[in-house]
Amino acid sequence: MSSNQTDTVFFDENGLRTDQRKHDEIRPMKIKIGVLSRANGSCYLEWGANKILAAVYGPREAHPRRMQMAGKAVIRYRYNMQSFSVEDRARPGPSRRSSEISKVSREAFEPVLFAEDYPKAAIDIFVEVLQADAGTRTAAINAASLALVDAGIPMRGLVSSCAAGKVGGKIVLDLNKPEDNYGEADLPIAMTEDGRITLIQMDGHLTPSEFEEAMALVQNGCRQVLAIQKAALLEKFASVMDDEEETDDVTQATVPAPIYDDFDVDESDEEIDEDDIDAFVAEVSERLAKGVSAVIRGFEESAATCFDDDDLDIVVIEEDEMDADDLKEIASFVSDFEDEADEETDIFVIEADDLEEDSDFDEEGDEEDEDEFEYDDEDEGEED
Amino acid sequence: MSNEILSALKKDYIHNLIVEGKRADGRDFKEMRGISVKTNVIDKAEGSAYVKYGDTKILVGIKLQKGTPFPDAPNSGIIMTGMELNPLASPDFEAGPPREDSIEMSRIVDRGIRESKCIDLEKMCIREGELVWMIFVDISVINDAGNIVDASCLASIAALMTTVVPADEANGFKSIPLPIRNTPVGVTVVSIDNTLILDPTLDEEIVCDTKLTVITEKDGALSGMQKSGAEPLLPERVIEMVNLAREKGAEIRERYLSHLSIRG
Repeated sequence: MSSNQTDTVFFDENGLRTDQRKHDEIRPMKIKIGVLSRANGSCYLEWGANKILAAVYGPREAHPRRMQMAGKAVIRYRYNMQSFSVEDRARPGPSRRSSEISKVSREAFEPVLFAEDYPKAAIDIFVEVLQADAGTRTAAINAASLALVDAGIPMRGLVSSCAAGKVGGKIVLDLNKPEDNYGEADLPIAMTEDGRITLIQMDGHLTPSEFEEAMALVQNGCRQVLAIQKAALLEKFASVMDDEEETDDVTQATVPAPIYDDFDVDESDEEIDEDDIDAFVAEVSERLAKGVSAVIRGFEESAATCFDDDDLDIVVIEEDEMDADDLKEIASFVSDFEDEADEETDIFVIEADDLEEDSDFDEEGDEEDEDEFEYDDEDEGEED
Repeated sequence: MSNEILSALKKDYIHNLIVEGKRADGRDFKEMRGISVKTNVIDKAEGSAYVKYGDTKILVGIKLQKGTPFPDAPNSGIIMTGMELNPLASPDFEAGPPREDSIEMSRIVDRGIRESKCIDLEKMCIREGELVWMIFVDISVINDAGNIVDASCLASIAALMTTVVPADEANGFKSIPLPIRNTPVGVTVVSIDNTLILDPTLDEEIVCDTKLTVITEKDGALSGMQKSGAEPLLPERVIEMVNLAREKGAEIRERYLSHLSIRG
């Protein structure tokens, strides 16, 4: 916002901007997802004359090692401008400006990423500005957001970014190059899907009422961007679904009919509309969740009737499924523990018949059974 | 060149295929991957080209700036070539100042442009001894799937061929197309198990014993060469490699560069 006074004309006689946009209109955006073969996720985005390429690597081992964090992943965001992306050649390498943008953009993504799920790892987001034309940081964030999705990194939601500004005394959305150069204020923000602001910067001059107007406008802009991002994702990944299977087959496959025979399956040949599918999926997942919690509750209850100790690991072993060697191994395992007289470990030997009546419990027990044998073998091996 | 780790199994696989006379992607030994050249992709640059060799993607932008000439060449423009191994192009690339491999590759490209005298630098002089055009060739590796050098050479010359020098009216310099006199083309020949192959993929590049990049001019003369890799080469082998590169270079020049001209 170098100059507040300028002769530049920002609006024509119809109130349209230099690029024929209305004050609340964003520039046309073009998106292509998954453009780079080496990256885990990538996105090419054009917004007006901006050309942005974003790539995501990770979660991968953080290198150098001193950057690793014990409890969560380190998120790295690199915003870089190509030397030929601007009118006067930019010196290659990081500048003070690009370092700042990298930092605030990284912070724009931290709230939506599950960094705590990947200790000692790094999630690397690289954004290259191939051609710059005002609003590169917002375009970069929009591209990075989609590249993260393409990389399959779990997120709480998309991040969308847009800028508002003041030109010729009027608040407008998504500044173009002349507006950016000669306008009076610039307010870029990034927003999560649920409307929380993860990046906000401002420079220039705005009165409090202008600021409020700009904030309302820019949030509207972010929602416009979000709609475009979602459409791009749908275009990319809907085609992936088409390649694999018909949508109808997928829904059938996820619901094994015999288990839910009380479920009203709609047998009609009418085409299923998307809302129906959503409702269907919601109901099925609810029933599944109920079923699972019932099983868990049953397990807990039956365990509680046997012992009072909450922390106990219960292993059910069917004797007739074991051969003599297994029995010997178990016997030696148990006696080892008894010899050591470890105070924290108690071994109870229960006859499987005692628990026979509860079938849920039994099923669970069988699985554990196998695990226990593996553990047992390892244990023996180490002692040899 | 790359610190990517290739499993022993995969190395064996590539070696065995070569011995059988095959390549992992089904190409002949002397066949290039699909090449595409797109020019004028960046409006802000005076010249630009986007080149693909299979999955390898290179973007070159040419920027022109006025500057003072070197004292030993007061009436000649200046060429500067830089290559960035962009961290988004490969899991092995890291941000930071250029490392030796990117410096080596950009110098190979630079040598081709400089030594072939493909740009008439004397026409790039605005005021003798005071002001000349500096030509910045910035190579950006967008996706590294092997053989970046050849793709960079082709992208650089394609970008230069479509570059327009802006006018400098204050000094009476009229806008001209960049004066191009020659078209250097680089072709890399790699040797795996004594078999010569062209346009190596990334895996082949890692497996190969040694690489030789040969830059040839319009008339078939050589203007640059670089051996990269620790394995020695026999003299007769080198001659064989050079001839192969010349042949393929002429083919690429004819097919991808002969029709290029300034926009408009």
